[in-house]
Amino acid sequence: MTFSPELEARFARLIENYPPGRQKGALIPMLLYAQDEIGSVTPELLAEVAKRLHVKQVEIEEVLGYYTMLTREPRGKHHIQVCTNVSCMLTGGEELYAHACKKLGIGNRQKTADGQFSLEEVECIGACSWAPAMLVNYDFHFNMTPEKLDSLIDSLRKMQ
Amino acid sequence: MADPITLTIDGKQVNVPAGTLVIEAAKQVGIEIPAFCYYEGFSLQAACRMCLVEVEKMPKLQPSCTLPAAEGMVIHTESPKVVDARKGMLEFLLTNHPLDCPVCDKGGECELQDMTFRYGAGESRFVEIKHHVDEKQWSPAVYYDAARCILCYRCIRVCDEGLGVGALGLTYRGVGAEITPSHGDHLECDECGWCIDVCPVGALTSGTYRYKSRPWEMNYAGTICTHCGDGCKTTLSVRNGEVIRANNRDRSGINDEFLCVKGRFGFDFVHSPERLQSPLMRRNGKLEPVSWSEAIGLVSDKFLEVAARGGSFGVIGSTRATNEESYFLQKFARQGLETNNIDHHRSGDVATLLDALSGKTKALATVNDLYTAKAALVVGADLAQQHPLLAYQLRANWRHHQSSTYVVSEGPVREDQYAAKSVRAAAGAELAALEGLREDLKKHGDLVILFGASVKGDAVRSLVAFGDSLGIPVTYVCLVDYSNSRGAMDMGVLPDLAPGYKAVDKPGMNIDEMLTSPTLDVLWVVGANPLEHTQLKNEKAFVVVQELFLTETAQRADVVFPAASAYEKSGTVTNVCGEVQRLKAGPKVMGAKPDLEIMGLLAKQMGLNLGIWTPDKVFEEIRRSVRGYNVALPVIATGGAAPTMPVNGRIPVSPRPDLIRPSGDTLFTSGTLGRYSRMLNKVMEAPGQLYKP
Ligand code: SF4
Ligand code: SF4
Ligand code: SF4
Ligand code: FES
Repeated sequence: MTFSPELEARFARLIENYPPGRQKGALIPMLLYAQDEIGSVTPELLAEVAKRLHVKQVEIEEVLGYYTMLTREPRGKHHIQVCTNVSCMLTGGEELYAHACKKLGIGNRQKTADGQFSLEEVECIGACSWAPAMLVNYDFHFNMTPEKLDSLIDSLRKMQ
Repeated sequence: MADPITLTIDGKQVNVPAGTLVIEAAKQVGIEIPAFCYYEGFSLQAACRMCLVEVEKMPKLQPSCTLPAAEGMVIHTESPKVVDARKGMLEFLLTNHPLDCPVCDKGGECELQDMTFRYGAGESRFVEIKHHVDEKQWSPAVYYDAARCILCYRCIRVCDEGLGVGALGLTYRGVGAEITPSHGDHLECDECGWCIDVCPVGALTSGTYRYKSRPWEMNYAGTICTHCGDGCKTTLSVRNGEVIRANNRDRSGINDEFLCVKGRFGFDFVHSPERLQSPLMRRNGKLEPVSWSEAIGLVSDKFLEVAARGGSFGVIGSTRATNEESYFLQKFARQGLETNNIDHHRSGDVATLLDALSGKTKALATVNDLYTAKAALVVGADLAQQHPLLAYQLRANWRHHQSSTYVVSEGPVREDQYAAKSVRAAAGAELAALEGLREDLKKHGDLVILFGASVKGDAVRSLVAFGDSLGIPVTYVCLVDYSNSRGAMDMGVLPDLAPGYKAVDKPGMNIDEMLTSPTLDVLWVVGANPLEHTQLKNEKAFVVVQELFLTETAQRADVVFPAASAYEKSGTVTNVCGEVQRLKAGPKVMGAKPDLEIMGLLAKQMGLNLGIWTPDKVFEEIRRSVRGYNVALPVIATGGAAPTMPVNGRIPVSPRPDLIRPSGDTLFTSGTLGRYSRMLNKVMEAPGQLYKP
């Protein structure tokens, strides 16, 4: 399996960050960057990473199930993650999540038919001070309200 | 050894070496501390907290499975505080457990049931809906029911550490945490089923046994696996005459709990619908069922007639028949039919090895020696494929004693994972590669050399000379294929050697000569398939076959006797290391008879006096008359393995390395038997490619 030259260069630098014999530490970032490029962790990607880092396939399966930011299914172009953990829950995170479901017409870990949006209810994203918070891909959106969510989604729709 | 430590457990004083875990120290004074995740011989997990004990002067309860004993410790294993803690732990374990004990395979032999019975609360404080996950099939052999799993990691550790396969992992988190197979939704592994055996609950279940029986509704027969030469002890679980499970949970044999896929699942050939259940006789060119008396009568008449006119017999013995059967067969041939035309499929040059070791004592390694030796050298063999138990032993030795393993093999092998050195050399050219290892090997206190079939004839002598030149104690294992390949040699199923490797006056025809002889009158095949790929030269020869199935050879026969498999009979077999073990009959297959009985009936009909043909009587004769077989009876009678004494004295070998042809079986094949095992044919792994790096 081959990746873009940029990603290959990134992998090369990444692997050097770890002392000899501990290259398997690069597992999570490698999966994440590769997923960004190809859209999901495919069986081919899994086998390729296993080969490059000399880890057993099952070790990657373990990581894949544990970390929710890794996905086997391709996500929407805009992946929306709404936090419903304690701080967000207390400040309206659950209502925000319910609103997102209604607005997009999809549920947890689902994708809109046009492939533009996917939605996920997540645990703490480290933005408690600005709760309720959410993510669109890697971008944070703070102190959210249903109204702010509506206009955010509308503007993302227009971006197409 | 470090200074012993004295501690007190439940008021009893116990002395243990430093570093001993409290849970082990307790065992020495007969106290069993409950444990789910602790499993002797594997890495520590401390995941289940069942083993908590109270240690005086320590503020909190301690997990005894990871707590090293210390001088003066005072421990209570069943104090009210401990009992209460265990009750609490069990309540947690049961929050999402389905409690489907009435239908669970493990019901009645489940550690979670036992612990709940002992400590558990009769009711739970949890009222939430249980988190449920449906059962999954991971392979034809292994099923997983996550809801029953208590996440003890036993399965993960035996697979990874014990076997070097590492096909299981743990994924997701919290209540959703579950065991995951190597390939997302399915397993690609050795399919050995050990994970199923060690599972303390019914989370892992077996394709052959699941939902078929209750443990108390079966009979158990501890016998020896019939598939390869390693001689694993296996306990057959038999229900209404049918084997439905095989395992070795009582760790009674040379193999501890180990069994490979063939030992644990390959028993199903016994009940294959293709088993022969009646004698067959050729009439008008077709094989038709006849009565035993008619078949025996015809063969007896034919044998007597051919003998009377001085015709020629060829006898081919079996690599799976018992020692008693092999011995009786050669006696029948030599005394009854007055011929030395007897042979079998040879798969290793045992005779040359024993000759090369003449004058040495203690030169043959036992299966246990592979676990205790300082170093091992594997020459020309892929152990994990061909000798799974021996591979397991070497790996366990490395895990527990840091022994060193050296490999000289044609391609990559699983031992490479941990071998001190691995060298690649073409088959037949291994010896040249040994020189490079000389200095490494000399460093070790002792060495076991295991060699495959590519080392034969003079190469065996060179190998022994190499071993001698190292200046350290060296023992040997000549690798042979099937459960009694070794016994067939020892019992003289050979044209030039009588039992105990004694020379015969006039060597007879070997297997090739029989098959290609234009004048052979009778070919008698007992448990072998020599015509699998060849035709019998003399089309007019009368062929008698004793077999389980209508093999290529049986199809050519004039008379076929339905034979019992090793699992249906008594007797002894000798494993690849020369250790004698006893078979115990488990299942029954209607219509089939053990080969010994068939031969006995034939001898009787022919009026031959070959002695009583019960296994015990024949074994007595073997112990009296076969060199090296005067083994300790109590050891065998109690299910142990008794090493045969090395033959001390020259063997008149007529070297025929060309007749040594290993079957080339893999982890998933077992000659003819494997063809009739549904499970071995169902597992999807491509033999041999699976675990290569
Ligand atoms: S069947 Fe054997 S090899 Fe396969 S996962 Fe279980 S323990 Fe591992
Ligand atoms: S499947 Fe069985 S052995 Fe494996 S972790 Fe679960 S309970 Fe333990
Ligand atoms: S290693 Fe050999 S004897 Fe042991 S279970 Fe496997 S086939 Fe049977
Ligand atoms: S046995 Fe000690 S924590 Fe599981």
